[in-house]
Amino acid sequence: MSLDRSDVEKIAHLARLAISEEDIPGYTHNLSNILDLVAQMDAVDTSGVEPMAHPLDATQRLRADEVSETNQREAFQKIAPATEASLYLVPQVIE
Amino acid sequence: MHNKTIAELSAGLKNGDFSSEELTRSFLARIEKLDPQVNSYISVTTDEALSQAREADKRIAAGNASALTGVPIAQKDIFCTNGVKTSSGSKMLDKFIAPYDATVVSKFNQAGAVMLGKTNMDEFAMGSSNETSFYGPVKNPWDLTAVPGGSSGGSAAAVAARLAPGATGTDTGGSIRQPAALCGITGIKPTYGRVSRYGMIAFASSLDQAGPMERTSEDCALMLNAMAGFDERDSTSVEKDVPDYTASLNDDLKGLKIGLPREYFGEGLDSEVAKVIEASIEEYKKQGAEIVEISLPNTGLAVPTYYVVAPAECSSNLSRMDGVRFGHRCDNPADLEDLYKRSRGEGFGAEVKRRIMIGAYALSAGYYDAYYLKAQKLRQLISDDFKKAFEQVDVIMGPTSPTTAFNLGEKSDDPVTMYLSDIYTIAVNLAGLPGMSVPAGFVGQRPVGLQIIGNYFEEARLLNVAHKFQQASDWHQRAPENFSD
Repeated sequence: MSLDRSDVEKIAHLARLAISEEDIPGYTHNLSNILDLVAQMDAVDTSGVEPMAHPLDATQRLRADEVSETNQREAFQKIAPATEASLYLVPQVIE
Repeated sequence: MHNKTIAELSAGLKNGDFSSEELTRSFLARIEKLDPQVNSYISVTTDEALSQAREADKRIAAGNASALTGVPIAQKDIFCTNGVKTSSGSKMLDKFIAPYDATVVSKFNQAGAVMLGKTNMDEFAMGSSNETSFYGPVKNPWDLTAVPGGSSGGSAAAVAARLAPGATGTDTGGSIRQPAALCGITGIKPTYGRVSRYGMIAFASSLDQAGPMERTSEDCALMLNAMAGFDERDSTSVEKDVPDYTASLNDDLKGLKIGLPREYFGEGLDSEVAKVIEASIEEYKKQGAEIVEISLPNTGLAVPTYYVVAPAECSSNLSRMDGVRFGHRCDNPADLEDLYKRSRGEGFGAEVKRRIMIGAYALSAGYYDAYYLKAQKLRQLISDDFKKAFEQVDVIMGPTSPTTAFNLGEKSDDPVTMYLSDIYTIAVNLAGLPGMSVPAGFVGQRPVGLQIIGNYFEEARLLNVAHKFQQASDWHQRAPENFSD
């Protein structure tokens, strides 16, 4: 499976990763090699095999809808890059 | 004191041979003197450690100590520690002070253990050599030109160099067992769900599992006693009683059925490593175990399958690192997309970016069936191989890693070659089984690990099987020359 430059640019955009121009050939090469490795999966016929979702066939545990955690806004916002009036600041998104 | 096991230190503390403060100071002094050669710690928490040690001494004096009270340990820097930097080996979290404790950390705190610091690791646990860490590679204490393995390379090197009597690790595709093997120590990855993942920075949630890394199986049992158990804060934690893992350590191995998968002894296995593994199997025969040749026919598919499942889950898990609520944020973002892209582009290293991109690709529109769904089906086949094998045998044995520790830089430019070094460990994670690595000998001066794989929740049996080997061998007692005194 060989990727080209535009594939890598598209994937980097999907993953919201800024990749510098000069690094793109390296990623193109390495990601293509990894997909070649992954392509070995195609050699096996898996029709009729149930996909495995959990090693122990467990199902999602549910709990009662009760408040169990206390508000820790201050502690959590102390580590944020930018906050104001208890809100997280990001560049303007609505004109 | 640094050559004593946790079991010996625990007895010494209770006897009053030394205080936890003395013990802690002696390890802190060793770390200060010797760790610059190894780079096994990202943070050393001197003040916190001494205050925990003094608390532990009071608790011992009051007569309500647990087996780990006053024992110094190191935590892999993937576990959140309240008020202490928790980096996961990444520039992204270089300034991240965790606002809460991981369940594993709380459990050790309750047991009265002393945290010496946080150990180095591959960035977000993605790597097999500890070379992807933002804080620089860890060196193997047996040979400073070799890698310690990864991703729990800092924990393995710290224990091997006697810079901690024990440490925690996490294992998503071999990250406890492979560094344990390459550094000549003992480590166990429990059954998926046995130890809480709460507060353990997620890499691939359906594979991640925490476990202990020590010099002996007995010490692993003591540590696992403290770590294991149900946690309502982890949605995949298993509600099942935890046995006392030390209780069955000495059980007789007569009649134990050991399966040797022929796929683990074929092409790709270093012939000198093979000899060491065969010699350790001989010891088990001497103890009355029965050897059965088995087959795990889908072994070769484990690495390709893993490199879909793990990247897909990591691309989803790491989407939270967006420069908004915590972690690295780029300067002067032009708009929201620029904020996301540059914060992530600057904060993540190359290997993490590769895996995020593979995952994003595999999960993107039109590719889901061909990649993630296909991989989950193969995962079922790989798991079925083990199910069949465990109808015939009690444990499975083989090498942990196809070679001894490779040289620093040897594989760091070639991801696929690096991935293949986990060929014997990855299938265990895909199946969710417990696995262990035990020191089995050396090739030259580099250690070899014997892998022991058990059926679900058979940790006690693995620890027993490893302990009986260690009663009859001294590989686990060897110390790297520059770190023995």
